[in-house]
Amino acid sequence: MANVRFDEERCKGCELCTTACPRGIVVMAAERINSKGYHPAQVTDMARCTGCAACARICPDVVIVVER
Amino acid sequence: MEKVLMKGNEAIGEAAIQAGCRYFFGYPITPQNELPAYMARRLPQEGGVFVQAESEISAINMVYGAAGSGARVMTSSSSPGISLKQEGISYIAGAELPCVIVNIMRGGPGLGGIQPGQADYFQATKGGGHGDYHPIVLAPSTIQELADLVMEGFDLADDYRNPVMVLGDGMLGQMMEPVSFGGYQSRTPSPKDWAATGKTADREPNIINSLFIDPQELEDRVLHIYEKYEAIKEKEIQYETYHCEDAQIIIAAYGTMARVVKNVIGRAAAEGIKVGLIRPITLWPFPYDVFTDWAARDHVKAFLSVEMSMGQMVEDVRLGVNGQKPVYFYGRTGGMVPEPEAILAEIKKIAGGE
Amino acid sequence: MAIVFARPRSLTDAPFHYCPGCTHGIVHRLVAEVIDELGIQEKTIGIAPVGCAVFAYNYFDCDMHEAAHGRAPAVATGIKRVLPDRAVFTYQGDGDLASIGTAEIVHAATRGEQITTIFINNAIYGMTGGQMAPTTLPGQVTTTSPYGRDTAVAGHPVRVCEMLATLTGAAHIERVSVHDVPHIVKAKKAIKKAFTCQLEGKGFSLVEVLSTCPSNWGMTPLEALDWVRDTMIPYYPLGVMKEVG
Repeated sequence: MANVRFDEERCKGCELCTTACPRGIVVMAAERINSKGYHPAQVTDMARCTGCAACARICPDVVIVVER
Repeated sequence: MEKVLMKGNEAIGEAAIQAGCRYFFGYPITPQNELPAYMARRLPQEGGVFVQAESEISAINMVYGAAGSGARVMTSSSSPGISLKQEGISYIAGAELPCVIVNIMRGGPGLGGIQPGQADYFQATKGGGHGDYHPIVLAPSTIQELADLVMEGFDLADDYRNPVMVLGDGMLGQMMEPVSFGGYQSRTPSPKDWAATGKTADREPNIINSLFIDPQELEDRVLHIYEKYEAIKEKEIQYETYHCEDAQIIIAAYGTMARVVKNVIGRAAAEGIKVGLIRPITLWPFPYDVFTDWAARDHVKAFLSVEMSMGQMVEDVRLGVNGQKPVYFYGRTGGMVPEPEAILAEIKKIAGGE
Repeated sequence: MAIVFARPRSLTDAPFHYCPGCTHGIVHRLVAEVIDELGIQEKTIGIAPVGCAVFAYNYFDCDMHEAAHGRAPAVATGIKRVLPDRAVFTYQGDGDLASIGTAEIVHAATRGEQITTIFINNAIYGMTGGQMAPTTLPGQVTTTSPYGRDTAVAGHPVRVCEMLATLTGAAHIERVSVHDVPHIVKAKKAIKKAFTCQLEGKGFSLVEVLSTCPSNWGMTPLEALDWVRDTMIPYYPLGVMKEVG
């Protein structure tokens, strides 16, 4: 089991993480924006997360914490 | 105290080593080449480091790094190379770093010549680099004074966390005189806990920096630096007066020119003209008050600034004299040195015209 | 569950001011991870450039100097000669290193200065609004090459790694990219090798990192990653250009 946490206020909506996830479960939250005006990244289907940390590795803003 | 016969450029090097300087970064340029060569030979003997940099620009930036690491460090050059260093000196002042920069002045502008000059006075005292700052500028007149001021320069730099410029000229750099290194009494150093030596767990990072993108922060930084300058003005002005007591003409001259002027003063006295000399030793801070005070005296009728330039220090002399008496200028430039006969002729012209 | 990925200790928690998708953020983190893994935070001294990364001293949790444009290798030389047992690194962009600072980087390398340079090549001047860099590719549009870089007028881009690899004092010269996770992993290995090279006293080390500048390239962050892969790598091949012992 694995879990990723996104510090949504730090996210700049760059979408780099969405290209890295091998399961394709990282998506941008279309329905909300953070205080900087960006759509933050998120994982809604956490059960499919393997904790590989690929998303965290490509994130330029240290938004993501990965637990396994 | 033991005296050694030394060439000026080499005496600078030995004085720096005696003052605890173990790092020198420089580049060849006439007429100061004996200094880097001396440091290249002596520093390894003292466990120090000499690097010939790829340019004067690189050298001043190596100085920045070494100074920020807490070391006593020096660089030297001559006029065109000092021009190259101006950005780096501005950064050093803005980052509040200590160092000693030696300028063995030559003829200018441009590539100029290799004979002595004093035409870098404006550059040294009015900034040179961009922004609000001043290096402390020391102008020795003999090789002994050169050695003493280099040693004092390191103390001043450390005390005030500011660059210090030792302003010599090609004559001083090349000539040889007896000098001893035991005479200068060093000040007690304060610890450099601001230096970037590696952030240990017990403190926050030390950042050596002159960038303050918030204008209020930058203003605060500059105001703080200028508080230091007020203290320097109060405590560190140095000058010499010579035969001013009943002088009708007072000459202002610094460095090697002051020695020529002292020679002329004797000859003028023999011809019945009383001439005195005010020799600024700190060019920044300049001894304005000394000129103001002497200008107020009735026996003083005029001032004459004698320089190896088209007239640079004369502007500060005028500021000091403050309109009380006329201020004249005599100089030669391009590497030509004013001759005693010519200076005497100027004195007679001034004395005759009153 | 245990945390397997988080902010490295050698990074402060100041949010980066970089544009969305700018790979400066990735590279800063990789450098900080390497500093953590090598256990050298207390003896690391970094030198920040003039460029977008001018505020790098706010992001690395170690002692730092802010250097004049291009002069970081000279500042690093001064530091390393005074403090030879510290880990000294410069972080520089393509204007800083390959334009105004060409003399400084070449001579630090040829002197074999025991320092590590992280060179960010994004083929443009970012901070000042997108001017042509010495690394700008032929035909690339920038504010000072509005019709595309014309090699007849502006010459060809410079390959820094290949150039420095000719110098005997250079001990480890490598070019990497950060356009996808496998390359990011390789980039981190290269950075670690470079720092290790310094710690082992082997000589000058430099890692050139092909990076994005979505804002000035006029692309989305994702398009920018592809541009590195498809257009930059063919001109700037990845790999180790020089490796000593």
